[in-house]
Amino acid sequence: MSRAFVPLVIAGMLLFAAAPLVVAGAPFEQTMGLVQKIFYYHVPSAMLMFVSAFVCGIASAAYLFRRSAAADRVAVAAGELVVLFGLIVLVTGPLWARKAWGVWWEWDARLTSSLLLWMIFVAYLLVRRFGGPGSEKLAGAMALFGMANVPFVYVSVNYWRTLHPKTSVVMALEPGMRAAFWFCVAAFAILYVLLLTLRKRLEDRQAAVEQLYLATED
Amino acid sequence: MKRTVLVLLVFALLPGAALMARQPAPAARPPVPADPTAPTTASQPAPERVASQDFVPVSALPPQAEQLPAAPLVIGAYAFVWVALLAYVWMLWRRMKKLERELADLQRRVQTHETRGGSA
Repeated sequence: MSRAFVPLVIAGMLLFAAAPLVVAGAPFEQTMGLVQKIFYYHVPSAMLMFVSAFVCGIASAAYLFRRSAAADRVAVAAGELVVLFGLIVLVTGPLWARKAWGVWWEWDARLTSSLLLWMIFVAYLLVRRFGGPGSEKLAGAMALFGMANVPFVYVSVNYWRTLHPKTSVVMALEPGMRAAFWFCVAAFAILYVLLLTLRKRLEDRQAAVEQLYLATED
Repeated sequence: MKRTVLVLLVFALLPGAALMARQPAPAARPPVPADPTAPTTASQPAPERVASQDFVPVSALPPQAEQLPAAPLVIGAYAFVWVALLAYVWMLWRRMKKLERELADLQRRVQTHETRGGSA
C-alpha cells in the first residue's frame, strides 16, 4: 500500500468521525429545525454521486475509444460508488422530506431524475455482472448515457417547479452552516477517493487472478 | 357525416372556449419606494395555485403532522449513512481477502508448474 495512502486514511477517518460534532455545532434552520441537519450528509452524498457518475463516464469513454483496461477498472469502481452514494441520497432525502414536506416521496423533477440516474448505474452493474464476455462495451455505453444525465438532474430544480430546494441554497448558506457543510464535503470527498482507490485495487487483483488462470490453463 | 362534422366542430371549439375562460395573469406592480416613516408590515405573497388536489393550507394541517418528531429521522439518516459505508468497506475487505488467497494459490501453482517443467 502506498505510503501516501496511510495519512489519507487517517485524515479521512478523523474528518468523518468529527463530522457529526461539526454538524451538531451548526445552527438550526429557522423553519425546519433539527431535521435540516440531514442536509450535511445528504448534499455531499449527492455531489459525490454526480462526481462518480462523471468519473465512470469518462473512464468508460477511455475504455471504449482507447481500449484502456485500467480505465475500465476505474469505471467499474466508480459505477459501484454511484450506486452506493445514490442509495444514501435516496434514503436520507425521504427521511428529511417526511418532516419537511409531510411526504416520504414526491414524483417531482429532481427526485425522479435522481432515481432514474441511480437506476441507470444499477443497470450498469447488472450488465457488468451478468452480461457475459464483451458486456464491458455495452456497460461503457450505458455509463456514458448516465454521465450525460447528470447535468439534467442538477438543473432540474432550477427549471421545473419542484418541492426540492434550488441549487442556490448552498451558496446562500449562513457562515455557521457553510463551515459545517464544507467540512462534511471534504470528509466525504476524502472518503470517496479512498473507496475508489480500494475498489480499483480490488479490480486490479481480479485482473491479475484472471491472467494467472489463463497462464495455468496454458 | 353531419354528426361527424358536429363532433369535430365541438372538439375544435373547446380549446377556444377554454382559452377565453382563462383568467389573465395579474400585471406585476411596479415597486413602491419605501417610506421610512410608515410602519413596516410584512406583505404576504399571494399563495400559488397548486395543481395537486391534495394541497392543504397550513392552518388546516391536522395536529399529528406537526407532532412528527425530527430526532428519529435525523438519527436514522446518519445511522444509515454509517451502516451503508461500513457495510461496503467490509464487503470490499472480504472480497480482497478472498482474491489475495486465490492469487497466492495461483502463484504457487504457476511456480510449481514452472519448477516441474524446468526439472523435466
